[in-house]
Amino acid sequence: MRGHEPRSSSSCAACKLLKRRCTPTCIFAPYFRSSDLLTFAKVHKVFGASNVSKLLGEVPEEQRQETVNSLAYEAEVRLKDPVYGCIGAIASLQKKMLELQHDLAVARTRLLAHSGVSNHVSQLDNSPELAAFLDLVPYSDLMLLDGSTSLDAYLYDLGQPPFV
Amino acid sequence: MNPKRCAACKYLRRRCPKDCIFAPYFPPNDPAKFACIHRIYGAGNVSKMLQQLPDQTRAEAVESLCFEAKCRVDDPVYGCVGIIHLLQTQIQNAQNELAKTQAEVAVAQTKVGQTQNSDQFM
Repeated sequence: MRGHEPRSSSSCAACKLLKRRCTPTCIFAPYFRSSDLLTFAKVHKVFGASNVSKLLGEVPEEQRQETVNSLAYEAEVRLKDPVYGCIGAIASLQKKMLELQHDLAVARTRLLAHSGVSNHVSQLDNSPELAAFLDLVPYSDLMLLDGSTSLDAYLYDLGQPPFV
Repeated sequence: MNPKRCAACKYLRRRCPKDCIFAPYFPPNDPAKFACIHRIYGAGNVSKMLQQLPDQTRAEAVESLCFEAKCRVDDPVYGCVGIIHLLQTQIQNAQNELAKTQAEVAVAQTKVGQTQNSDQFM
């Protein structure tokens, strides 16, 4: 009788989908349980099983679960947004961050205006012009907290590293 | 060999056909770009992804795939998800600071109001 590798009692999700025998040393088995075929299916569709296997082989064992989690997330986002993938998510978060920086700058300006006249009445504090300025200054003209004024540089910019 | 092969076909050591799906996005003068994307996704997967997209969106798709592949090469554990985590943490911190500052503004406004009222009676 030919020797063969012992059969695993249950195949992992990867070996089930790839229709192969799941061995005790299967690199996918600890991270792709048979109860969740969909996660491996997504990762396989975007990265390919052999690339995932190589990637897992390149990281220390204690970091492989985190690696699988991030690959699964990237695959999920890429399948939902085939053009931009995670870059779309990064651009949205950057935009949100810029909006928050603007709101924070406005709030700090208000705080300065109020705390500077807390002991006496100031015409400036009651000035409708100041209130109008604080409410209506477009954030594209507002200096950002780090002193810069350009918003575009913060957004997904193909002209910046790592593209160049 | 065709001297005008795209970077992908050069890397894969094959003939570059006129309708090569990679040619518009992987010029021969930038071999590293295709090498990086092939290492993470594989040429076959990239080809399938591009085929499923309209022509006008393929250039953007290639650039975003290249960026993600570069992130994954630089950080094999987290890839570009590390950037997302960082931004989410920064946003949370900024939201907390905004809430705190707005509360301070409300307190300062109340104090100014009280000062104005007490001055009226002096």
